[in-house]
Amino acid sequence: MLTQRLLTSDKGGMIVLAILALTCILVPILNLAVPESSPFHVSTFTVTLLGKFLCYALLALALDLIWGYAGILSLGHGAFFALGGYAMGMYLMRQIGDRGKYGDPLLPDFMVFLNWKDLPWYWQGFDMFWFTAIMIVLIPGILAWVFGWLAFRSRVTGVYFAIITQALTYALMLAFFRNEMGFGGNNGLTDFKDILGFSITADSTRIGLFLASGIALMLAYLACRYIVTSRAGRVIVSIRDAETRTRFSGYKVESYKLWLFVFSAVLAGIAGALYVPQVGIINPGEFSPLNSIELVVWVATGGRGTLYGAIVGAFSVNYGKTVFTSFYPEAWLFPLGLLFVLVTLVLPQGLVGLLGKIKKNRAGDNSDKQTTDKADTKEGA
Amino acid sequence: MNPIKHARNWGSRALPKKDPNFGHPLDTSHGPILYVEDVSVSFDGFKALNNLNLYIDEGELRCIIGPNGAGKTTMMDVITGKTKPDAGSVYFGQQINLLELSEHQIARGGIGRKFQKPTVYEALSVYENLELATAGDKRFWSTLTRGLNGEQKDRISEVMETIGLTDSVRNDAGNLSHGQKQWLEIGMLLMQSPRVLLVDEPVAGMTGEETERTAELLTSLAGKHSVIVVEHDMAFVRSIAREVTVLHQGSVLAEGTMDKVQNDPKVIEVYLGE
Amino acid sequence: MTVMTTMERFKKVGPTMVYRECLKVLLVLLATLLPLASHAQASETDTEFYALVDQVASGSLSKRIKTVDAIAELNHTRSAAILEALQEGALKNARGKEGLVVIEIANDQYVDAKTGEPIIDKDLGRLKRVPIHNKLRGQIRTLLAQINLSSADEEIRLSAVTRLITDGGDADTAELLQSLKANETSAAVVEAMNTAIALYRIESDDATVRLYAVKQLRGSLIPEVRGPLKALVTNDPDKAVRIEAERAIDSIEGKLKMFRFGENVFFGLSLGSVFLLSAIGLAITFGVMGVINMAHGELMMIGAYTTWVIQQAFPNQIEYSLFMAIPAAFVVAGLVGIAIERGVIQFLYGRPLETLLATFGISLILQQAARSIFSPLNRAVSLPEWMSGSLQINPALSITFNRLYILLFGLMVFFALMAILKKTSLGLKVRAVSQNRPMARAVGVRASWVDALTFGLGSGIAGIAGVALSQLTNVGPNLGQAYIIDSFMVVVFGGVGNLWGTLVGAMGLGIVNKFLEPYAGAVLAKVLILVMLILFIQKKPKGLFPQKGRAAAD
Repeated sequence: MLTQRLLTSDKGGMIVLAILALTCILVPILNLAVPESSPFHVSTFTVTLLGKFLCYALLALALDLIWGYAGILSLGHGAFFALGGYAMGMYLMRQIGDRGKYGDPLLPDFMVFLNWKDLPWYWQGFDMFWFTAIMIVLIPGILAWVFGWLAFRSRVTGVYFAIITQALTYALMLAFFRNEMGFGGNNGLTDFKDILGFSITADSTRIGLFLASGIALMLAYLACRYIVTSRAGRVIVSIRDAETRTRFSGYKVESYKLWLFVFSAVLAGIAGALYVPQVGIINPGEFSPLNSIELVVWVATGGRGTLYGAIVGAFSVNYGKTVFTSFYPEAWLFPLGLLFVLVTLVLPQGLVGLLGKIKKNRAGDNSDKQTTDKADTKEGA
Repeated sequence: MNPIKHARNWGSRALPKKDPNFGHPLDTSHGPILYVEDVSVSFDGFKALNNLNLYIDEGELRCIIGPNGAGKTTMMDVITGKTKPDAGSVYFGQQINLLELSEHQIARGGIGRKFQKPTVYEALSVYENLELATAGDKRFWSTLTRGLNGEQKDRISEVMETIGLTDSVRNDAGNLSHGQKQWLEIGMLLMQSPRVLLVDEPVAGMTGEETERTAELLTSLAGKHSVIVVEHDMAFVRSIAREVTVLHQGSVLAEGTMDKVQNDPKVIEVYLGE
Repeated sequence: MTVMTTMERFKKVGPTMVYRECLKVLLVLLATLLPLASHAQASETDTEFYALVDQVASGSLSKRIKTVDAIAELNHTRSAAILEALQEGALKNARGKEGLVVIEIANDQYVDAKTGEPIIDKDLGRLKRVPIHNKLRGQIRTLLAQINLSSADEEIRLSAVTRLITDGGDADTAELLQSLKANETSAAVVEAMNTAIALYRIESDDATVRLYAVKQLRGSLIPEVRGPLKALVTNDPDKAVRIEAERAIDSIEGKLKMFRFGENVFFGLSLGSVFLLSAIGLAITFGVMGVINMAHGELMMIGAYTTWVIQQAFPNQIEYSLFMAIPAAFVVAGLVGIAIERGVIQFLYGRPLETLLATFGISLILQQAARSIFSPLNRAVSLPEWMSGSLQINPALSITFNRLYILLFGLMVFFALMAILKKTSLGLKVRAVSQNRPMARAVGVRASWVDALTFGLGSGIAGIAGVALSQLTNVGPNLGQAYIIDSFMVVVFGGVGNLWGTLVGAMGLGIVNKFLEPYAGAVLAKVLILVMLILFIQKKPKGLFPQKGRAAAD
C-alpha cells in the first residue's frame, strides 16, 4: 500500500530512484575494487564531485517541496544549507584538536590568530558528533521556524516572501563575514583533518560520505513523497492553488506552510552538513544570494512540483556548469542567466515537463496539455 | 444603537472563546444563530458597511439583495473573518464572538462560505476536493499521518449525491462545467457540516436548467442549515426566498417578504435611481 | 589696556622677550605697509634677500638663528617659502656652485630658492641639505606663524591660527595673537585666535588666568580644545578651575552631541537619497506594474558606466560630464529596460515569481557583460570640481558637496516623477493600466505600449540613480547588487504602489541605518534593520502606506 503510494504511482521518480540506487552500488565498487589502470575505474575526484552533486540534489529537493508544492519561493534556502554546513564545519574544526598550525588543543587556528583566550559558548559541544548531528537539524529548523512563523503569520507571500528570504541570507552572509562572529570570518572553516576518526582525505572516507549523501537523498525523497501523497500534501497543493478557499475550508494555512518550510530547511541543513566534509571548506560565500538563486534554477530546469525533477535539474545544471567552467572559467554567468530566461519563458515545466510533452506528442495525445500547464499559471494569483 | 435589537445574553460576553471548535455548544436559545450588530467598515474613507444590523435565525433561508457597492460581499468578509470591522460586533449564537477568531477557526466552527467566483481546486479530482473540505481534525500532523475514516467517506458519497456529481468523482475539478463547479463548491461547504452557509451569487453564469437545480438544492438545505444567499438575479430570489433583506450603502434598507420589499417605496427608489 | 594687563600675566618674561616684542611690533607695521613697501623697494629687498638666503644655506648653525630672523623680518614674498623649506629639510645647498640654493619640491624636482623658478636640465652637483635643529625649528614655526598671520589673505591667516592651535603655541605667539586680534576683521579668525590664546593660557601658573581661559573655551568645537580641558579636570590643583573645566567640557559635549545628531541625520538622509534614487524606479515597475525587476541594480550599473564612458570620451569636460551623463544614462538604461520588457517581461505578466526569476537571469547576463566589456576591476569616475569639497558649517560639522547635491537631486527626481505620473497623459495612462488593465484597454489605452514606456521610465530612473552612485562609489560590475536588496526593503517598508511611501521608506531606512551604525557597526546595523523590518511587517503587512480598498483586500 505504502510502496504503491510512494513509488509505483510515480514512474519518473521510480526511475530516478533506481538510477540513484545503482550509482550508490556501482561507484564504490568501481572506485575501490577496480584498479586505476582500468577504463572502468572511477577516480576519487569523480566520487567527490558526484557526492557534491548528491548534496545539491538534496538541497534542490528541499526547495522543490516548498516551491513546487506550496508555491512558496524561498530565495534564501542556501542559508539553511550553509548553516548545516557550518554546524558540521564546527565539528570538523574541533576534531583537528592540537594538530592545527598553532597547536592549541582547544581553540581552532583562527581563534588563536585573533588572540581569543576561550572557546565561545556556542562552540561548546561541537566536539561530540551526536550533538553536532542534533544541531545540524535544529539550527536550520529553528531559524526556519522563527522566520516562517513571523512571515506566514502576517501572510507574507509570493514575491514579498522571496525578497525577504533573500535579505535573510544576505544579512547572514554579512554577519558571517565578521571575524567577531567566531566562525572564521572571511576564510570560514577549513583544513579539516578527520571525521568520526577517519581521515577526511582517505578514499574510503570519500566513498563513505558519498554513500551517506546518496542514502540521505533517497530517504529524503521518500519522506517528501510521503508528505505530498498524504492528505496534508493535497492541502498544501490547495494552498498553492487557492489559499483563501483553503482557509475558508477550515485549514490553518500558516501552520501547514510553517511545518513544510521547517522540514524543507532541515533537509537543506542536512545537505549542507554532508557537503562540507566532501569539499573540505565552508565559508560565508555559501550564504551568497546568488547561490540560493542558482538553486532555484536547478529546480526550475528540472521541473518543479515533481520532486524527482529537482534531482534531475540539480544534476544536469551542475554537470553543465562543471563542463562549461572547464572551458570558460569566467563566463559561467552568461549561460546561467540565459537558463533563467529560457526556463521561465519556454520551459515552465522544466526538463521533466519537456520529456512528458514529447512522449505525449508521440502518442498523439494532446488532451492533458491543459492540466500540466495549470499549476504553473496558478502560481501568480 | 438600533432600537429593534434582539435580546441577547450580554452577560456571557467576557468568556474566553479561543478554542478552534469553540469548546462549548452553540447557544441559539434566543432564536438567531448569527448576530451582526452596528457593524461599520470603511476603506480609505469609503464606507462599505455603515451601522449594519442583521439577524439570521437557525434553519432560515435568507436572501440578501442590493445594488452594486451595497456592501454584500464586505458583509460576508466580516462574518467569515476576512475583514475586521472598524466598529460593531458579530456573534455566532449567544456566546461566540466571531471577531476574535481567524478564518479557519470560523470555518471549523460551522460557518461555510461560497465565493462569487467559483473557487475549487482545479488540479485535484472532485473526490479530493470534497475530501479536503471534510469536517474533522484539520491540523497538519493529523492530515499527514491519517486518511479519512469510513464515516467521513460515507459522508463524501452522500454529498456527491446531493450535488449530483457522483459520475464525475475521479474527474479533475478543472474540467467541470461552470455550473458543476458551483455545485462542487456548495458540496465542499456541506462537507464542513456547517451551521451557517454563506452563498455569494450561486447562479451567476448558469443556464436556466442549472439555476433551477441550484434553487432546489438551496431550498433543500434550509432547515438543516441556515442559508444566506446573496444574489442579483431577482427571478431566482423570488423562487427561493422566504425572507429578503435589501442592503443599500452599507446598511439595511428594508427587510421582509419579497412582496413587501418590492413594494417598499425606498427600495423602488434605489433600484429605479440606479 | 586690558591687552596690557593680560599680557603682563604671561609667563617667561625675559630679555629675549623684549627683543622679540620689538620684532613683532615691527612685523605688524610691516604687514600693514606690505603692499606699498614691496613694490617700491623690490630690487633693493631682493638683493638683501638673496644675500640672506646664501647666508642661511652656508653659515654656521648658530648664525642661522639670526639669519632666519632677518629673513622673516625682511618679509620678502619668498620668505615664507624659504622658511617652510628649511623647516621641512627641503632647502638644499648646491656644493661647488656658488650662490645656488634650491628647494626640492618633489622627488628630484627643484626650484631656485631665491626666485622660485623651476630648475630644469641643470647640473646641480652634490646637494647638501641645510641642517636644522630643534631650537631653530621652534623659532621658524613662530616666525612662519607671524608671517602668515599678517597675511592679507583671510584664509592664510585662519589656517595659520589653526596650525597654532594644533601645534600649540608659546608665550610669543600668544602675545602676537593678542596684538593682532585688535586689527583682525574676520570673525572666524578672531574666534580662532581667542581659542589659541585661551589654549595657551590654560597652561598658566596663575589659577585666575586659567579659570578665565577655561571660561573662554566653553562651547568651542575645535577638537584640540578637548584634550587639555580634560587634563585640567583631573590634574588642575585649583578646584574652581577643575569645576569650570568640567562645565566647559559638558557644554562642548552637549554641543557636539547636537551636531553629531545633525550629522547623523544628514548622513541618514544622504544614504536615504541613494535608497530613494534606486528604489523609485523599482517602485514604478513593482508598484505600478506588479513586476519584480531583479535587473534593476544592473540598470543602475549601466547608468554608472555611462557616466564613466562619457568622462572617457570627453576628458576635458569633466565639469560638465554629469549634465551629459544624466540624459545619456536615462536614455541608455531606459532603452535597455524597454528591450527587457519587450523581450521577456511582456510574456510573463501576472506571474510575478517567473518575472523575478527571468529578470534575475538578465541581471546575471548584464553583470557578466559588464565584466567582459569593462573588465572586472572597478573604474573610478572623477568628481567634477563643484561636486568635491565640503561645506564647513563649523569645526564639528561639515557636509560634503557630493552628498548634498545627490540628496537634492534625489528629491528633484522624485518630484519630477510625481509630476509625470500626476500631470501628464502618460502618467494618467500608467495609472489607468495599473488599476484596471481591461478597462484601460476598453477606453483606448494601448496597454502594451504603456507597459513598455512605464518600464522604460523606471529603468531610465535607475540609470540616473547610477549616475548619482558613480559620484559616491567606484563603478564596477557588482555595483547594482549592493543596492538591490536595500531598494526592495524600501519598497516593502514604504508600501507598494505609493511613491510617498517610497520617499518616507527610503529616508526612514537611511536614517535608522546611520543611527544604528555607531552602536552596532555597519553590518550588524543591516542585520538589525532586516529583523526590524520583518517585525514591522507583522504589524503592517502592506507597508507604511498601504493601498486601501476592496482591490487591496484580495
